[in-house]
Parts: sequence; structure tokens; C-alpha cells
Amino acid sequence: MWGYYTQQIIHSIPFFLKGLWMTIAVSLLSLMGGTVIGFFAGVGRASRRKWLRRLLSVYVDAIRGTPFLVQLFILFFILPEWGIQIEAFPCAVLGLTICSGAYICEIFSSGIEAVPWGQREAAISTGLNGYQQLRFVVLPQAMRSILPPLVGQYVLLIKDSSVVSVIGVLDVTRAGWLTVQRIPEGILVFGLVGILYFIICYPLIHLVNYLEARMTVQKFRL
Amino acid sequence: MLEYFNFRVMFEYYPLFLKGFLSTGWISLVSLILSLLVGILACAGRLSKSRLFSTPAAAYIETIRSTPLLAQIYFFYFGLPSLGFRVPELQTGILALTLNSGAYMAEIIRAGMQSVSTGQIEAGTSSGLNYFQRLRFIVLPQAIGVTIPPLLGQAIVLVKDSSLLSLISVMELTRAGQILTNERFMPAEGFFAGAALYLVLYFLLKSLSTWWQKRLIFRQAV
Repeated sequence: MWGYYTQQIIHSIPFFLKGLWMTIAVSLLSLMGGTVIGFFAGVGRASRRKWLRRLLSVYVDAIRGTPFLVQLFILFFILPEWGIQIEAFPCAVLGLTICSGAYICEIFSSGIEAVPWGQREAAISTGLNGYQQLRFVVLPQAMRSILPPLVGQYVLLIKDSSVVSVIGVLDVTRAGWLTVQRIPEGILVFGLVGILYFIICYPLIHLVNYLEARMTVQKFRL
Repeated sequence: MLEYFNFRVMFEYYPLFLKGFLSTGWISLVSLILSLLVGILACAGRLSKSRLFSTPAAAYIETIRSTPLLAQIYFFYFGLPSLGFRVPELQTGILALTLNSGAYMAEIIRAGMQSVSTGQIEAGTSSGLNYFQRLRFIVLPQAIGVTIPPLLGQAIVLVKDSSLLSLISVMELTRAGQILTNERFMPAEGFFAGAALYLVLYFLLKSLSTWWQKRLIFRQAV
């Protein structure tokens, strides 16, 4: 029986690869969107405008305090009730973008706040404007502490993208879920799903470790 | 939009949500305690000098960290019956959550242990303490303090991750929202109520973490 099922699974590998492609597409699109939102929200959150900080902390808390599954259901079931028709794929990308944006906002804002205020003051006294301060003084230094957790967040994003399978996006997890109805060998089917995610995420996790080792400021040695 | 929001239905269904809320809290608590044990074991394995322990522990941690929780839940949900184990959904879910969060716990505990500087351990060795005394009197008292905040962070993640158990029909908070959606077709009421209750748990844990961090800083200052 196992031989038969194994053969069946080998036959359905193209189906899984299609799912893998979908996972990559969803993650990549929302990764870009999330980084853009997270960047602007993070800069806003690290600014000195109190109302802006309050507003953004409501956004961050609301997203970080609720499960992604619930956020996805809210988008997918409630937007149509309010008259906004949305397909599964854009809904998945939108949900992941909003969700990862909140986490990336935290990463950017804490990275920016880690740069000492004196640097900012020096930039002001040199006569740089707000954009120049950020672009030439604060961000280059903040990138050190931003980059490793940012890539780590991308890994989490790719893993979270498995949740969008429940609203019918045909990604790897959905492919596994559909296959297991036909081939009742959960270990084999979801083992394969796991391997496919592993292939993407494992190198990225090592990239995070490498970046962490690379970006930590070397202690001054005599 | 609020005029469409039916609070009467929410009151009608409040026993369901109360049940879901309690069981979300209960599932998270059980998995938190179990995963702490798994994490301690995995961390001990990973830090051990013998390859017999460190290789399996590292393999476990890396595998869990590079595959999504949903795929792990499905792996156990569909995989255990095909191996001949008939496990109820709730236990399957707690098993998956425990193993998932155990890997992250191991990393948290390891980071906490390694935050104690080697000079302290060397001082302990030179004053004649043996391994367990060093662990008990030098490493643990310092490590536990810094481990508590990320541990609470992991508890928040666990509460949110437990929402995925609704997909294998475990009765919890998200499931309550789904039931309301199915019976009355009121997704807004169901999922917003669920989200609000998740936020209650989130703020509870978050304020606990903030309180502890303040205490930690205070203690260090004294």
C-alpha cells in the first residue's frame, strides 16, 4: 500500500510545485507591501508627533493582539458584507501585508530609536532637513539593528502565508490538504509540504544568523 | 456600519464565546507549561557536549522553526490516524502547539543562559562550585529574570497560534466566531467579538511583561 501511495504522491508533485509557486507569489507581494507600510509606519512611530505615535500604536496593538486567522476572516467575510467584493488572492495579499506591516513597523521604529539622539542633533546642526537626516544619518546606522529581525520577519511571513490556504488560495498547504483527501497518508503528504517550506525557510533562517553575527557591533579591543 | 452591528446576537451567543474564551486560555496555558518542559529538554540537549544529544535537539529545533504551524497541525491531524493512533482533535492540537512552541522556548532559554557572561561562570568554577551549583546559584538566578519577558512574548504567540486549532474543529474562540458565522451568517459580530477577546488576553500578558521589565530595570539600578 505504501508503495502505491508513494507513487501517487510522486505523480502529484507538479501540483505541489504549483502550490509552492503560489506561496512564493503571495509571500513576495505581501513582503514588499509590508516592508513599505512598515517602513513609513515605523518612521512615523519613531517621530516626535504624539498623535501619530498613538495612532500607529493602536494599529500595531490591534494587529499584534489578534491572530492572523481572525484578521483574515474579518477581511474575507466582512468586506463583502460592506459591499467590497474581493477575491481570495488579493485578500490574502492584503491581509498578509497589513499584518506584516505592523510587525515590520515595530522593527523599524525600535531600530531608529536605537540610534542615539545626539546623532540627530548633530545632523540638525549641520543643516540637514528632515529627509536628509533620515536618509544620510539615522537609517544607515539603524540598518544594523533592523536588517536581521527584518529577514526573520520575512521567514515568519512565509510561514504565516500557510494560513491563507483556509480561504481557498491554492498554496502548498492547500495542495497538501487537497491531496490528503485523495491519498490518506498524512505523514507522507504533509512531510512533503514541510520539506517544501523547509527548502525556502531554512536558508533564510541561516541568513538571519549570518546577518546577526555580521551586524553586531564589534567590541573595541585593545 | 455600526447600525448593522447586532449586539443582541452577541449577547445571545455569549455563553458560546465565554466557553471559547476559557478554552483558548486553557489550551494556551497547558501548551505553555508543556512546551516549557520540552524547551528545557531541547535546550539542554542542544547545549550538551555530546553529539548524541545535540544533533537530534538541533534537528528538532531547526525543523520546527522552518515549517509553518498549520502544516505541523495537519501533519499530526492527518498523520497520526494513518499510523494507527486515534487521538482526539484537542489532544492532537495541544501536541502540535506544544512541539511547535517548545522549539522557540528552547531558543529563548538558550539566549537567556548565554546572556550570563562567561566571567561569572569562571568565577564560580574558581570558587569551587560544581556544575549544578553553578547552574543553581549563578546562571539560573540571572537568566530567569531576562527570560521572563520573551517567555511572555511566546505566551502571546501561543494564544494567537491556538486559533489555528479551530481548523481541526477544536472548540475555541475562533471556532465560536465560525459557528456564529455558520448559524446566523453574522461574520462581523462573530469575528470582531473573537478579536476583542483575544485583545483582552494580549493586553493582560503585555502589561505583565511591561511590569516585569520595569521591575527588572529597577532591580538592576538598585
